[in-house]
Amino acid sequence: MAEQRDRYQAGVMPYAQMGYWDPDYEPLDTDVIAVFRITPQDGVDAVEAAAAVAGESSTATWTVVWTDRLTACDRYRAKAYRVEAVPGAPGQYFSYIAYNLDLFEEGSIANLTASIIGNVFGFKPLKALRLEDMRIPVAYLKTFQGPPTGIVVERERLDKFGRPLLGATTKPKLGLSGKNYGRVVYEALKGGLDFVKDDENINSQPFMHWRDRYLYCMEAVNKAAAATGEVKGHYLNVTAATMEDMYERADFAKQLGSCIVMIDLVIGYTAIQSMAKWARRNDMILHLHRAGHGTYTRQKTHGVSFRVIAKWMRMAGVDHIHAGTVVGKLEGDPNVIKGIYSNCRDSFTQKNLEHGVFFDQDWAGLRKVMPVASGGIHAGQMHQLISYLGEDVVLQFGGGTIGHPQGIQAGATANRVALETMIKARNEGRDIWNEGPEILAVAARWCAPLRAALETWKDVTFNYQSTDTADFVPTATVA
Amino acid sequence: MRITQGTFSFLPDLTDDEIRAQIDYAIEQGWAIGIEYTDDPHPRNCYWEMWGNPLFDLHDSAGAMREVLACREKNRACYVRVNAFDSTRGFETTRLSFIVNRPAEEPGFLLKRHEVEGRHIQYTLESYAAQAPAGRRYE
Repeated sequence: MAEQRDRYQAGVMPYAQMGYWDPDYEPLDTDVIAVFRITPQDGVDAVEAAAAVAGESSTATWTVVWTDRLTACDRYRAKAYRVEAVPGAPGQYFSYIAYNLDLFEEGSIANLTASIIGNVFGFKPLKALRLEDMRIPVAYLKTFQGPPTGIVVERERLDKFGRPLLGATTKPKLGLSGKNYGRVVYEALKGGLDFVKDDENINSQPFMHWRDRYLYCMEAVNKAAAATGEVKGHYLNVTAATMEDMYERADFAKQLGSCIVMIDLVIGYTAIQSMAKWARRNDMILHLHRAGHGTYTRQKTHGVSFRVIAKWMRMAGVDHIHAGTVVGKLEGDPNVIKGIYSNCRDSFTQKNLEHGVFFDQDWAGLRKVMPVASGGIHAGQMHQLISYLGEDVVLQFGGGTIGHPQGIQAGATANRVALETMIKARNEGRDIWNEGPEILAVAARWCAPLRAALETWKDVTFNYQSTDTADFVPTATVA
Repeated sequence: MRITQGTFSFLPDLTDDEIRAQIDYAIEQGWAIGIEYTDDPHPRNCYWEMWGNPLFDLHDSAGAMREVLACREKNRACYVRVNAFDSTRGFETTRLSFIVNRPAEEPGFLLKRHEVEGRHIQYTLESYAAQAPAGRRYE
């Protein structure tokens, strides 16, 4: 850094010289670390761009200010300490930046993100900027409540072990009356699903107001529980215009005996944290639909990667999060999805560049989030789903249940039989990745609904090149 | 009706060989085996009677299988399940739980609706079998 007297001369000075670049810096165990993908404008040096990102996401402004000298400013300056070229992507650089713990308010995702993804994403000297990953220190994690329920307690409450949970989203997602909507819920639960789900945009529209939906859905949930002897649930979406409305809806869901409520990502980080606290106080599982995330997570050069969003949501405190299917209709490279699932379910996540995980992350005892796989999946893919996603996951077959040619109950039964058959075979030591189709075919001999499901959807696959892939694999993978 | 609690209730009842294979899998994972039975299969009845303490540190399924058969023999008219417990940090819970015996007839549950103010209904599930005193259910 320049001599103190020169450093504080009025005027403009490169960020790197202002103290936001320090290649010798050794991050502290208590530092928050972020890795950004930066694409500098032509002619802008990568190190200066990295320093600018560090500056603009911490203390800096565009010019020197003498008031820095009233503070322990060196502590508060974020420090870019490493810049490396992105493999196979000319003009792009990974820049590692460390932030002192004192820069952040305890237990506040809003505060954390106001710095890390605040002004800096519109900064002119950069063509594009993407937050790839973060290391959250244990000291900071311990200030967050985390998931109100977590995978372990959710399973114990639901009395469901040893297999993925099964769900479906009611379709059509808009337009059904409350009574018809509840019919879909009842049929699917009785047929064998554990959960049915409101879709992200079903709130309280002219065709079905929220109270009506809740009343009919809970009739369906309880009738199905009586018919099967199992705990059943329906994610009642409480997303609304104001916190007051959301609390009113959530309280009504609780009065009716629902075990789970749901929110959308678009309600914002603070609202999510408020609902997480409400859910912990009220013994409620909290499901998060990631509505809106694709606007900023999908493109590799600009935005925030979903593995970071998943991390923030585990801290903010949700029990379920939609995290990709690999094989379904929505974006999901297998390696990137593995990284996201690690962030949801590990007690300690190990650095794994092939999965897009840049840091070791000790989760400090924070409860685990159940990932949800939803969108264009069907019974015929069961062996692939279990191989990719494991056991602690909710598999949601919406169209794959409700679109079954023999009806909704049959659709649910086909999925449940396919699931239990595949878990049983896996536990028996069968190679389900290769023998999966044959294992399903054998079960389909005694299970007519499964036979019909396999016949209807046998050729359905979504083999498109993924957009969001890890940079440290030789070639992008196709599902 | 058929109560569909447990990991494999949508499949045909497991044979002894199939039960053994699942226990082998659980032992391979390092899990302990617990056997439980009940004549009150309400979904919220989480405390079934324990057939002795869980079996820790098993090397093969033979001993556990003997206990499964003995429990089943003694409780033909009850539900019997095998649980596998994982003591690893981050889990410390049941990892697998499946029914290995069920009564010949399963009368199921009555859904009681208690209508309160507005259109609000309070629901209660009651097992038909559990109306009889313990020990005389499923006779």
